[in-house]
Amino acid sequence: MNLTDLGIAAARAGLERRDFSARELALAHIEAIEALNPRLNAFITVTPEQALAAAEEADAARSRGQSAPLFGIPLAIKDIFCTQGVRTTAGSRILGPFVPPYESTVTQNLLRDGAIFLGKTNLDEFAMGSSTTSSAYGSTENPWKRRQNPEARLVPGGSSGGSAAAVAARLAMGATGTDTGGSIRQPASFCGITGIKPTYGRCSRWGVVAFASSLDHPGPFGRSVEDCAILLRSMAGHDPCDSTSVDRPVPDYEAACRRSIKGLRIGVPREYRVSGMASEIEEMWRAGEAWLRGQGAEVVEISLPHTKYGLPTYYIIAPAEASSNLARYDGIRYGLRVDGGDLADLYERTRGEGFGAEVKRRILMGTYVLSAGYYDAYYLKAQKVRALIFKDFSDAFQNVDAILAPTAPSAAFAEGEKTEDPVMMYLNDIFTVPADLAGVPAMSVPAGLDADGLPLGLQVIGPPFGEEVVFTVGAALERAAGFTALPALRAGEEVR
Amino acid sequence: MTYHIDGREGSWEVVVGLEVHAQVISRSKLFSGAATEFGAAPNSQVSLVDAAFPGMLPVINRECVAQAVRTGLGLAAEIHLWSRFDRKNYFYADLPAGYQISQYAHPIVGKGSLAIELADGSSKEIGITRLHLEQDAGKSLHDQHPSKSYIDLNRAGVPLMEIVSEPDLRSPEEAGAYLRKLRTILRYLGTCDGNMEEGSLRADVNVSVRRPGEGFRTRCEVKNVNSVRFVMQAVEAEARRQVQVWEEGGTVEQETRLFDPARGVTRSMRSKEEAHDYRYFPDPDLVPLVLDEAWVTALKEDLPELPDAKKARFMEEYGLAAYESALLVAEAGTADYFEALARGRRAKTVANFMLGDLAAALNRMGQSFAGASLFTVEASEAILDMIEDGTINGRIAKDVIEEMERSGEGPREVVARLGLRQVTDTGAIERAVDAVLVREAGKVAEYKAGKEKLFGFFVGQVMKAMAGKGNPALVNDVLKQKLS
Amino acid sequence: MPLDPATVRRIARLARLRLEEKELERLEGELGTILAWVEQLNEVDVSEVAPMTGAVAMALKMREDVVSDGGDAEIVLGNAPERTADFYAVPKVVE
Repeated sequence: MNLTDLGIAAARAGLERRDFSARELALAHIEAIEALNPRLNAFITVTPEQALAAAEEADAARSRGQSAPLFGIPLAIKDIFCTQGVRTTAGSRILGPFVPPYESTVTQNLLRDGAIFLGKTNLDEFAMGSSTTSSAYGSTENPWKRRQNPEARLVPGGSSGGSAAAVAARLAMGATGTDTGGSIRQPASFCGITGIKPTYGRCSRWGVVAFASSLDHPGPFGRSVEDCAILLRSMAGHDPCDSTSVDRPVPDYEAACRRSIKGLRIGVPREYRVSGMASEIEEMWRAGEAWLRGQGAEVVEISLPHTKYGLPTYYIIAPAEASSNLARYDGIRYGLRVDGGDLADLYERTRGEGFGAEVKRRILMGTYVLSAGYYDAYYLKAQKVRALIFKDFSDAFQNVDAILAPTAPSAAFAEGEKTEDPVMMYLNDIFTVPADLAGVPAMSVPAGLDADGLPLGLQVIGPPFGEEVVFTVGAALERAAGFTALPALRAGEEVR
Repeated sequence: MTYHIDGREGSWEVVVGLEVHAQVISRSKLFSGAATEFGAAPNSQVSLVDAAFPGMLPVINRECVAQAVRTGLGLAAEIHLWSRFDRKNYFYADLPAGYQISQYAHPIVGKGSLAIELADGSSKEIGITRLHLEQDAGKSLHDQHPSKSYIDLNRAGVPLMEIVSEPDLRSPEEAGAYLRKLRTILRYLGTCDGNMEEGSLRADVNVSVRRPGEGFRTRCEVKNVNSVRFVMQAVEAEARRQVQVWEEGGTVEQETRLFDPARGVTRSMRSKEEAHDYRYFPDPDLVPLVLDEAWVTALKEDLPELPDAKKARFMEEYGLAAYESALLVAEAGTADYFEALARGRRAKTVANFMLGDLAAALNRMGQSFAGASLFTVEASEAILDMIEDGTINGRIAKDVIEEMERSGEGPREVVARLGLRQVTDTGAIERAVDAVLVREAGKVAEYKAGKEKLFGFFVGQVMKAMAGKGNPALVNDVLKQKLS
Repeated sequence: MPLDPATVRRIARLARLRLEEKELERLEGELGTILAWVEQLNEVDVSEVAPMTGAVAMALKMREDVVSDGGDAEIVLGNAPERTADFYAVPKVVE
């Protein structure tokens, strides 16, 4: 078995037993990246020397008798997390050659626990998108191929497409991502892996390039529910440097994966059954219900009445916050600078050339909805609908312990296949956005393949700080699904 | 008689409101841990949060919140236990994030008031509309290079309290009195040092004019006026300008202006291009500020005695007049000095001493009572003690003070070294008096003929002959005796 | 219904974004479409609803007033595209 096929739990055990060293583990992944990244473009920046040095240090520490939960585990980091001394781009030209003099709290936590960083992964520019096709550093290819049409280049989903592709293709054992409208769950679904968006405030946003402050959720990708639990345990925790970080102890998420779902009540929201949804999605959803019933859970229909308003609500709030968060990119203190004549020119040229089309669209949208005369009609109204969406979940969780739903309305599509119409693109997020608005934890677990052999994920949503029940139910789904399919493009396989 | 401006066609009233930006006294900034000291090397007091680097987030400083609450309490204002921070969005080189964190919809302090004292002895209550916390911006230097401006972010993120008055002021004098009083209160509270030269206190002056009896007309804002004197001048200059506009049949446009002290006029700010659309919205990197009522109560209990209360107490307890009480309470340090010195002494004597020769000396030394290095309470006690026990008289005390300034010695050392002890030897006094009366025989005759005012002249001449050291009471007695 | 060009220009100015003519035209259409789509929120009765300003319901944590940051101009100036000694440099602004 290739070292790159190991999951985190298994690798940890192997390292413990000295079956292999952290250096060997890192090297295996570095070689896989060398072989496959030119094709997949999952990584924007690869850091092999640092990774090997860190791996050697981990081996040395282990032989001194030290231990840490992620000692020697090689991870990929979404290029939206600022990493000290390593170029950070947020997928944008505007950050230019920016090298942060600081490490984000979440990645600091991972380093504290001994993890090795292989490099920075590709993303939609400033995390705005669901296909990883808007990056200034090229698009990322989904390592999965259609049975019928294997030449088509499929998207890995987004915005954390690079991280998802890297984990799926076994270029990394796990990865970090951020989820603002679905950007962890949807790529996890498209790439046949697991990804969790925890409760808002569970993971610190300090050092994460901000897109929409009240919607950004850092979280992990892994090839199993248990691996996500291991990673989240390290990533999560209160951060006094982030005023929106919640001060609650981090429970043992791994233990939650082993619990039984017997007696749990699972809700299935009728409003998530949308017209035009592929029948395969519907069928897989029903299969999921059956799996859970089979393990002793009760499955009931629930209503989340304001579901359909999630997307328009999100597409007012997220751009509004983004338009303000991105005002700092002006060419003066870091990043790209394009001079013209006066100061206004400097701003306009730098931002005009530095930002891509989707980012500009959202900045303009955000600026518009906040501008004089429109605040009440758009932003304020959206915040009220948001409160109603949150209430839908609170009410539901009075009655059920967790919610089961699809993650995405389709499997991975091909580049250029989805229309240029921004609204059509936004519909990708229809099942994921409500959990971002409400701040509740949600996870995508690979459940099966569609007729074209492409992975489909199922989503488990829990109450605020209910990550444990999400892991418990997710693990139950995973056991029942028995998903063992592998992507065509992966480490150790010939690249065709 | 209310202040008014005489236009061509009659008189105009002036309506003024002040928005004062007061830098909060704290060690670190409002939302970051960088220092707030004045005069540091450029960009040496800048956190990455202040410089708005990617991923940076604000965390609020408890002491800044406490200072805002103390100020609100000192202005008898409502403290809002729930308040919120909003972003004010605009682009400028000294605003790294492209927005300022301020409080728009829900400020921490609501309505309050303060009393001002006018020259005619009357008192007027001026309403405070609100007080909120906000970040200061950095500094741009425009005159260091022909085609570049330089940015220093040391001030970016420094905590400010914006204190807004009701438009209750009606003259330059009232505006000046308000600003002075506000400054005094802030200094008493220890929440702002009120140093306008260093920029710790700045005023935006809102001015409009109207015919008596009218409602409000359009106002203009004169920004960043940094002295009380300029505020008063700006009010007058702007009011006159507006009167002229109205009388010429024009309309005063709402705009932002700057005061040019050299020319004594206001001029329009160049950056008036687009009326700013600040797109205020609640800062999503923060959550609401919720104050514990018990905490606010504790802050209230710890407030120092404020100037109005102290002045009333001085008048009552020490029997001082309004005028001298007002002077003594202008600075808390002065008031404390007075109370220390007045212990066991006659209050009026102490007040006269402090407000006369001592104040003059401190002024010459550029020091305040609180910060006196030479004229400490102990030194003043020594001087007053020596007057009390007859060692010196008031006239000599003045010389002692001047000599102390010159040599840096203490009062007793000066008196000893220069032999300034008062002369109480009656014989010596008699000799001096005799000499004067002989020399001024002509005037003696006039005195004896009825010109009684000349007595003071003789006293002065004797004192002069004795180099001021004659005991005044004895000199008086001897002179009276010899002139009768 | 597309947004009118003057509005898009004004918003672009507010956001300090230089847009080419072609971009402006495209954006008039796209923004118009998005705005029309979000109009559906008007179907929701929000009359008695308090806005949810963030996803976390808690009060602001306050920090101690100690100097814990800043002090090294190099850290903040190190990434600057243009600097002069210890200042950031920008095109001259006339006030």
